Amino acid sequence: MSIDIDTARRVAKLARIRVEEDALPALASEFNAVLGFIEQLSEVDVEGVEPMTSVTPQRLKRRKDGVTDGNMQEKILKNAPDAREGFFAVPKVVE
Amino acid sequence: MSDLNKLTLSAARDGLRAKEFTSADLTEACLTEIEGAGALNAFVHNTPEIAREQAKAADARLAAGDAPAMCGLPIGIKDLFATKGVPTQAASAILEGFKPEYESTITSKLFDAGAVMLGKLNMDEFAMGSSNETSTYGNAVNPWRRGNEETPLTPGGSSGGSSAAVSADLCLAATGTDTGGSIRQPAAFTGIVGIKPTYGRCSRWGVVAFASSLDQAGPMTKSVRDAAIMLEAMCGHDMKDSTSADLPVPNFEALLTGDIRGKKIGIPKEYRLDGTPDEIVKLWDDGAAMLKDAGAEIVDISLPHTKYALPTYYVIAPAEASSNLARYDGVRYGHRATLAAGEGINDMYEKTRAEGFGKEVQRRVMVGTYVLSAGFYDAYYNKARKVRTLIKKDFEDAFAAGVDAILTPATPSPAFGLGEVSDSDPIQMYLNDVFTVTVNLAGLPGISVPTGVSATGLPLGLQLIGKPWEEGDLLNIAHSLEGAAGFVSKPEKWW
Repeated sequence: MSIDIDTARRVAKLARIRVEEDALPALASEFNAVLGFIEQLSEVDVEGVEPMTSVTPQRLKRRKDGVTDGNMQEKILKNAPDAREGFFAVPKVVE
Repeated sequence: MSDLNKLTLSAARDGLRAKEFTSADLTEACLTEIEGAGALNAFVHNTPEIAREQAKAADARLAAGDAPAMCGLPIGIKDLFATKGVPTQAASAILEGFKPEYESTITSKLFDAGAVMLGKLNMDEFAMGSSNETSTYGNAVNPWRRGNEETPLTPGGSSGGSSAAVSADLCLAATGTDTGGSIRQPAAFTGIVGIKPTYGRCSRWGVVAFASSLDQAGPMTKSVRDAAIMLEAMCGHDMKDSTSADLPVPNFEALLTGDIRGKKIGIPKEYRLDGTPDEIVKLWDDGAAMLKDAGAEIVDISLPHTKYALPTYYVIAPAEASSNLARYDGVRYGHRATLAAGEGINDMYEKTRAEGFGKEVQRRVMVGTYVLSAGFYDAYYNKARKVRTLIKKDFEDAFAAGVDAILTPATPSPAFGLGEVSDSDPIQMYLNDVFTVTVNLAGLPGISVPTGVSATGLPLGLQLIGKPWEEGDLLNIAHSLEGAAGFVSKPEKWW
């Protein structure tokens, strides 16, 4: 599998990371190096093998579906780059 | 008493209880040492006020006779752990200025046990790296040097600040985290002990997430006994981490009997890689001979899927990272890019992440995005999850055949020079974790113990891998190996 510049551009877009046009060829080549390395996995016969979902065979703990914490609006907004009137503020989303 | 900073946790604990010195004395000794160690770039946010306050409280507890093992002992905390009101950046520019409003479970437990925090420690950005060269704070530097050379060496990564600080006696011990070898490799590169416990032993709550199915915290210490003491304080069930194990935590120190007679130690033939330096092979053979002399039985074993561990890791870890790091969007915390007129929310996301994430983090997030994208999910991600099942089964088969622990080298080489492994060839850097990454994929406990010195005068370590939840047994075998190896070298102070 070889990654071309269009694919690199698409992946950067999906990852929401701005990559300038002139940096795309180098990025594509780095992807190819990593994917070439990963490619070895195709040698392994995994017929009938279950994909791992949990490394320790334990059932996840359950608890009652109730409110256990809250009332900390100020703390939650404390580190926001832009918070106004109790909300996170972002650039206009809807025209 | 001088040189209090050079004490082990156990010696300092015993000295505090015998009233030979106070936690305030210990803490001042470490703070002075940190002041003079700027060249190592190990501590990146110092917290002397917190340390002095905690030391004072610890001395009061000690005087009252209410003193758990960690009480009054000054340690460093990896920058990956959320510490309330103290900068927590995961060594990333994207978290610049972030001060958590909460404390991670691990640091809460350590502080409840009376530990003293000296500051936050350098690391690779988001724990992605094996040399501490991806940090926004700049490189941490290994206190060890090759003979008389002045070439700055890596302290390993990602817990490079932790390893450098413990090795240079800036603190008595430090916390680390290990996703593919990030505790064990830096420990080996600096001549200290590092243990990654079984997945689920230590709560991940409040630890900045990299790859959630692989991440585990653990202690980095000057001795195996210290690792036992500190690990016990860090372990335990936590309702805030759904993968945290609800199992009793043993008194690990009490299990250090030194008696390993009859233990079966496996030597996996697949770890005998072509091109491994002779001195690493000899270190490994010597380690096996030491365990045999102590009464263990050495058996050859096979872990047939070993060679697929790194490629599996480099699908699963980036996939989980791409998902975990989606939260850094410039909205809730950390850096937000300045927008030009007319730029919208997508520009904000893309510019924020391009400015905030370093090169290696960007690379891994994008590789993860790719392997999870429509059309490739089965070919890469699901395939890797199936191979992971096989890697885990290799270990299960070995343990089912009666093996108690597995002995391997910790790293394929001693510490290398900063800048020596090229940034343009990520695979070369990834190979550092060839012996450690299998353990994360299988969720097992693994410990790195210094057992020798390279021809260039640098420390070398061996790794022992244990059965799930058998950290006590693992520590005891490591304790025996440590005693037999008698590694006592320290770096000569140049900083």
